[in-house]
Amino acid sequence: MTFSAIPLISPPFLMGNNLNAWSEALAGLTISWFPLGLVIIAAIPLVFIALYALTYGVYGERKISAFMQDRLGPMEVGKWGILQTLADILKLLQKEDIVPTAADKFLFVIGPGILFVGSFLAFAVLPFGPAFIGADLNVGLFYAIGIVALEVVGILAAGWGSNNKWSLYGAVRSVAQIVSYEIPAAIALLCGAMMAGTLSMQQISVLQSGPYGFAHFFLFQSPIAWLPFLIYFIASLAETNRAPFDIPEAESELVAGYFTEYSGMKFAVIFLAEYGSMFMVSAIISIVFLGGWNSPLPNIGALALYDWTTGPVWGAFWIVSKGFFFIFVQMWLRWTLPRLRVDQLMYLCWKVLTPFAFVAFVLTAIWEIYVP
Amino acid sequence: MNNATYITIFYIFAAVTVFSAAFVVFSKNVIYSAFSLLFTFFGAAALFVFLSADFIAVTQVVVYVGGILVLLLFGVMFTNTIMQADLKTDVLHVVPGILLLAATVGGMLFTFYTTGSWKPSDVQLEGSVVERIGFETMSRYVLPFEMASILLLAALIGAAFLARFDKVRNNEQ
Repeated sequence: MTFSAIPLISPPFLMGNNLNAWSEALAGLTISWFPLGLVIIAAIPLVFIALYALTYGVYGERKISAFMQDRLGPMEVGKWGILQTLADILKLLQKEDIVPTAADKFLFVIGPGILFVGSFLAFAVLPFGPAFIGADLNVGLFYAIGIVALEVVGILAAGWGSNNKWSLYGAVRSVAQIVSYEIPAAIALLCGAMMAGTLSMQQISVLQSGPYGFAHFFLFQSPIAWLPFLIYFIASLAETNRAPFDIPEAESELVAGYFTEYSGMKFAVIFLAEYGSMFMVSAIISIVFLGGWNSPLPNIGALALYDWTTGPVWGAFWIVSKGFFFIFVQMWLRWTLPRLRVDQLMYLCWKVLTPFAFVAFVLTAIWEIYVP
Repeated sequence: MNNATYITIFYIFAAVTVFSAAFVVFSKNVIYSAFSLLFTFFGAAALFVFLSADFIAVTQVVVYVGGILVLLLFGVMFTNTIMQADLKTDVLHVVPGILLLAATVGGMLFTFYTTGSWKPSDVQLEGSVVERIGFETMSRYVLPFEMASILLLAALIGAAFLARFDKVRNNEQ
């Protein structure tokens, strides 16, 4: 079942308009015995994360925060400071790889690795356009929200391995937060899955395509869809440890939380993982509620805007720009809202978001059953 | 994907599962054992995928890695003395151990060869497994499903009762 998306034949690498055409052609690419195509498929999200974290993630966040605080941000390296992150990367590469003497060497080293793999694994099921998806699992959505569990173990390994009180407290807070917010997030996504009737990410996207553009998105298909949408957005902020839920790395209390002791490339890997999961949750919310790679522009009479902006490349453009939009909102909130207290965080999760998620679940079920 | 690749990937995951499971048992450091369980669970999930049971594979990751392993790690981390405690693995009962191992493996192999219905079925799975699981849970297995949910609810209430803020005792202090 799982490998049904990967055919045994190797069709020529053409500009196919069919579903999963590119990824299937790539999966069939084999040089003598070595399955090169499978390696390339896995490398595409990796390159994507690296590029976007480099350009949009770090530089964008610094610029956005600067503009919100009426500053200019990085301006020295290159025009408008666009080469600033490259300079930062060079600096991080040259730094000494420090492992504290008292740290648990093995867990300290393996922690960032597990963390990054955890945030990276979900990219396997994100459809980057109609023609490209890593693996069109029929449990894609369930996989995407379940695989975050690996990140939790990575955070614990990093926090424990550092052998530092701040790190351990940061790790414990972070894990408690992620595990708690998984519940409203999962129930909210379940509402989307109920509207679709499938868990396959590609099928969920296909079900939201139509000539009226955004009107086919699940967010606008049901009068209650805004509630799970909002709940998932809030919960996803907490799951990625972003403000106003960045208690695990509260600078005023915990220095930097679970990555206090990290420097150099290990620090960079942790940041890459954070930006990776930021895009992951943004892509998931876009796919489930905002049509994924579907164009939001409707056909208006002779102006066939939807038809003009649909296709494999346009699909990748739409999903990436929707993802970037949500990342922008995440950054915007980070520089606007103050941080919550730990008890407020748990109050919000268990006494506000979870009951409302259940309400949304029941209402969506009623709507799906009784309204044609 | 050709057959050789498929088999290679299978053996990689099988090796990961077996070696990490062995590490869980033989490691003298409890926290390493707990972290090693991650790879065991993950390898087991991958083996489920090879059996076309992808729903169970993901459930394995969600329940065991996301729930049980995290609970285990929390337990180990908050119990400081557990790190210093010497695990008593010096005493080895070699003969009873080997007998037990031989009996278990022999019994399993005997069952495997005599029951013999381990061939892949002629009917290939069609459509989504998730839908089938949903239908079966809500029709044929609805009673066990509901009983499990009542059991979990009872456990939840019990846990909340044990962990709740005790007003009476707090006032006395």
